[in-house]
Amino acid sequence: MIHTEARLTDPDGLFEALIASHRDLTPEASRRLDARIILLLANQIGDVSVVREVIAAAARVGAPA
Amino acid sequence: MPTHAYPRFAYDGPVAPGRYEVAVVGGGLVGLTVALDLARRGARVLLLDEDQTVSQGSRAICFAKRSLEIYDRLGLGARILAKGVMWNRGTVFFQHRAVYSFDLLPEEGHCFPAFVNLQQYYAEEWLTEACRATGLVELRWRHRVSGVQNGAEGVVLTVDTPDGAVRIEADWLLACDGARSLIGEALGLPFSGQVFRDRFLIVDVVMERDMPAERRFWFNPPFHPGGSVLLHRQPDNIWRIDFQLGPDADPEAEKAPGRVRARVAAMLGKDARFEIEWVSAYTFRCRRLAKFRHERIFFLGDAAHQVSPFGARGGNGGVQDADNLGWKLHAVLTGSAGEALLDSYDAERIPASDENIEASTRSTEFITPKGEAARAYRDAVLELSEAYPFARALVNSGRLSRPAILTESPLNTPDDAAWAAPSPAPGSVAIDAPVRIDGRDDWLLRHLGGNGFGLLLFGGAGDFRDAELARLPVRPVLVSNTRSDGALWDYSGVAAARYDARPRTAILLRPDQHVAARWRCLDPEAVATARRRALALEACSE
Repeated sequence: MIHTEARLTDPDGLFEALIASHRDLTPEASRRLDARIILLLANQIGDVSVVREVIAAAARVGAPA
Repeated sequence: MPTHAYPRFAYDGPVAPGRYEVAVVGGGLVGLTVALDLARRGARVLLLDEDQTVSQGSRAICFAKRSLEIYDRLGLGARILAKGVMWNRGTVFFQHRAVYSFDLLPEEGHCFPAFVNLQQYYAEEWLTEACRATGLVELRWRHRVSGVQNGAEGVVLTVDTPDGAVRIEADWLLACDGARSLIGEALGLPFSGQVFRDRFLIVDVVMERDMPAERRFWFNPPFHPGGSVLLHRQPDNIWRIDFQLGPDADPEAEKAPGRVRARVAAMLGKDARFEIEWVSAYTFRCRRLAKFRHERIFFLGDAAHQVSPFGARGGNGGVQDADNLGWKLHAVLTGSAGEALLDSYDAERIPASDENIEASTRSTEFITPKGEAARAYRDAVLELSEAYPFARALVNSGRLSRPAILTESPLNTPDDAAWAAPSPAPGSVAIDAPVRIDGRDDWLLRHLGGNGFGLLLFGGAGDFRDAELARLPVRPVLVSNTRSDGALWDYSGVAAARYDARPRTAILLRPDQHVAARWRCLDPEAVATARRRALALEACSE
C-alpha cells in the first residue's frame, strides 16, 4: 500500500517549488518538465509496482475529462 | 543503380508428381535455413520458390549473435564473419547531440559478436549453395503454390510451374513464404495484433566513409525534424539509412530519386559523395497467427509472426524458428520421437514470438509516440538520458534481438538444486566460452548441438567412472580445468564460471544447443529420463 497520509516535511514549500518551476514555460515545455519530474521521482522510488499503485491512485480521484 | 549482381537460379523443369517427405515453401532466409538444417541432419527436403533469385535489396541486415551461432552450426559462421561488419555498440542521438552509447556484448570470450551486418542477399545466396552441397535439398525455382489441402495424413499441393500445374503430396509442409503467405491465406488463418500507420523509408547508399561500425539512432535530429533516423554499416561500403516519415507521407513521392538524394544530403552534408543502391518504403505490423502448427503444416518466420524492424527481431526470430523445428521434425522422421514433440514447436515458439512482438511494439510506441502525453514522456526521457544514467534504461530505440528463453517449455526438466544466475537454466540457449582442444583454440558451442543430444560434463580425469559414462544415452562432452585427452580444456575457467559448474556438474543440451536439464552431480538415470522428456516421450513426473 502506498502512503496517502500526510508525510511531507514542507507542503507549502513543495507547492510553491512546483509552481515556480513551471513559470514562463510554454504548455509543451511545462508538460515535459512534469514528465521529467515524474520520471526522476519514479526512479527515486525504484519499485515500479509502487509507481503503478501511484498511477492508479492518481487516476482514481481525477475529475472526468 | 544496384551494384550487387543478383544470381539467377535455373528453372530445371517442373517438380515430379508424387509424394515427398518434407516440402518447404519459400526460399527466403528462413526457408533456406530450415531446409539446410534438416538436410545437414540427413533429411531429404523439397524446396519450392516462386522466384528464381535471392532477396531484392539488403532487407534483414542485422544478424544477431544467436543467429550467427546457428549459422556456425550449419557451416556458414566463418563466411558470415569474414564478410560481415561486426558491431557491439550503439549510440543514441537526441536533436543535435549524442546522448549516450551502449555495449551489447560487454564481456570477452564469445566466438561471435552481438551483431554482424550482412545483406540478406548474401546470406540467401550462401544458404542456397550450402543446401545444394548437401545433395539432399531439391531446389525448385519458379514453382508457385496455388492450392493446399491439409490433412492428418499429409498435405496435397498444387504447384504452378512454367510448364503447367503439378500435384504433389508432402508428409510435412513448412510454410516459410513470408508475411503474405499463400499457405496461410489458403487455410484462411487470421493474424491478430497491431497494424501501425507510420511510414518509413529505407535508403541504402554506397559511400566511402570513415566511421566506426556502430548502430546510430537519432531522435528528432536537425536534418530530419520531428522524425527518427537509423544508420547501419553494411559490407561493400553500403550504409543503411532508415527515415521515419510519419503516417501521412506518400510512399511513391518519397521514393523519387531527387527527394531521396535531398534527404540523404541533409543528413550527410552537402558535399558528401554517395550513390543510391536501393530504396524501399514500408509500414509494419506486430502480429501473429494463433498457432504455428496446423496438423501437417508448420508456419515459420514472417508467415507465422511479424514485428517492426526495431530490434532486428524479424529475421533473427525466423532463424530461431528454423533452429527450433529442424531437430524436432528430424527426430520424428527418424522415429526417435513421436508427433507429440512437434506440438512443442508451438509451446516454445509462440511465447518467443510474443516476446518479440511485445518488445518491437514497445519500441515502436517510443519511436513514434501517439498523442501529446506520449511525446512529452518520450522527449522527457531523452532529455534526462544525457545527464542521468537511470533514464538510459528507458530510452527505447529498439530492444535488440536476444535468444528466447524457453522457460515454460514442457521439454524442460526443472532444476532440483540452486544455481547462480546468470548460468543458463533449462530452456536457455547454451553460452559460449573459449576452450582448447589438441593444443588449439576453439569454442565450446562448436562441440554442442547437431544430431542428437549432448551432455556437458565438467570435471577432471577421475571425476567420472568409465562405467557410468558407458551407460549414458547421449554423447558426453567433457570439459576439464586441466589439459587432458579427449576433453575440452577450460583453460581460463570461463566455461565453468558461466555454467556455475563444479566437478561432476552435468548439463543436457538439445540438438539446438538449448539446455534441457542440469544436475550438480551426474546421474545417468536422470539423464535418460530428462532426454526422454525433452523428446516428449514421457510426461513430467513431479
